[in-house]
Amino acid sequence: MITHQDSMHILLADDDEDDRTFFSEAIQELKMNNKLTLFKDGNDLMDYLEHPEIKLPHVLFLDLNMPGKTGIDCLKEIRSNTRFKDVSIAIYSTSSSEKDIEDTFVEGANIYIKKPNDFSKLKEVIKEAVNMNWQFHTSGLNIETFFFSI
Amino acid sequence: MKLNFNYDGNIACKAILQEQLEKLDIKYQLLDLGQIEIGDDVSEEGLTELQVSLKKYGIQIINNPKGQLIQKIKDAIIEIVYEKDKFPNITISQYLSDKLNFRYGYITNVFSEYTFTSIENFIIIQKIERAKKLIIEEELTLTEISHELNYSSVAYLSTQFKKVTGLTPSMFKRIVGKKRELSNND
Repeated sequence: MITHQDSMHILLADDDEDDRTFFSEAIQELKMNNKLTLFKDGNDLMDYLEHPEIKLPHVLFLDLNMPGKTGIDCLKEIRSNTRFKDVSIAIYSTSSSEKDIEDTFVEGANIYIKKPNDFSKLKEVIKEAVNMNWQFHTSGLNIETFFFSI
Repeated sequence: MKLNFNYDGNIACKAILQEQLEKLDIKYQLLDLGQIEIGDDVSEEGLTELQVSLKKYGIQIINNPKGQLIQKIKDAIIEIVYEKDKFPNITISQYLSDKLNFRYGYITNVFSEYTFTSIENFIIIQKIERAKKLIIEEELTLTEISHELNYSSVAYLSTQFKKVTGLTPSMFKRIVGKKRELSNND
């Protein structure tokens, strides 16, 4: 279990440059210490995760629609490897259908973010998701039953 | 004769730490800068010895009393959430300030400052965590679970469940069931 003085490691894979910039801005507004690493797509992210010496992130944000490996491809690949069992995975998507949300959690996601159209709303949503994840990591809660849909 | 030299403080500090820890026979792991992990079996005495021996090199172990207070608050809350029968007629604020010997206002301020959430919110998260366990165990109905967790009604439990997870209890149960099925098939 990590303590409150630790810094939260966050990864994001998103092929849209504006979205990445925007996400960084939201993360900068967080109160907790954090370290953010950005990837331009799923292939890039998976290449990085393959290195055995990397420090594993606390949470990983995946855009659902990316060229090459999609968010779901990455999710499945990561969840099939026990090395990443303590990493929370957040998926963000434009779909709000209950079936999509349910399927994504069943595949192993912990956080499902329905992208709001409004930027300031999106910022709030990202911050809330990261915060909830932080509570999970610092309070030793069960990641197997950690689901947060927002 | 004067000698000039270069030195790297980090390397020096690491070497001193390693030397002293090994001298005291303490198992350790060097973490990020300024942090080491030692085994839980190190005695109070061993820690004091380490503290003394590091002090002469200007290295100080940071005791974090606030961090320890946070842990005590969390432990006390979890105790109440899991064993409510032991505390029939007491409010959590009363219980925390009696047990920890601080004003409740001080306790809530320290808690929010360090955890980025409120005590109230932490209690809700813990109650929902327990609700999740009870739902999965399938021994109690949702109504029984709401009594067990001191909710005035099932509706209120469901509302808080939705607030913390974004899901209804039945959707949660379905997801856990499907996940298990999936991992059993592997």
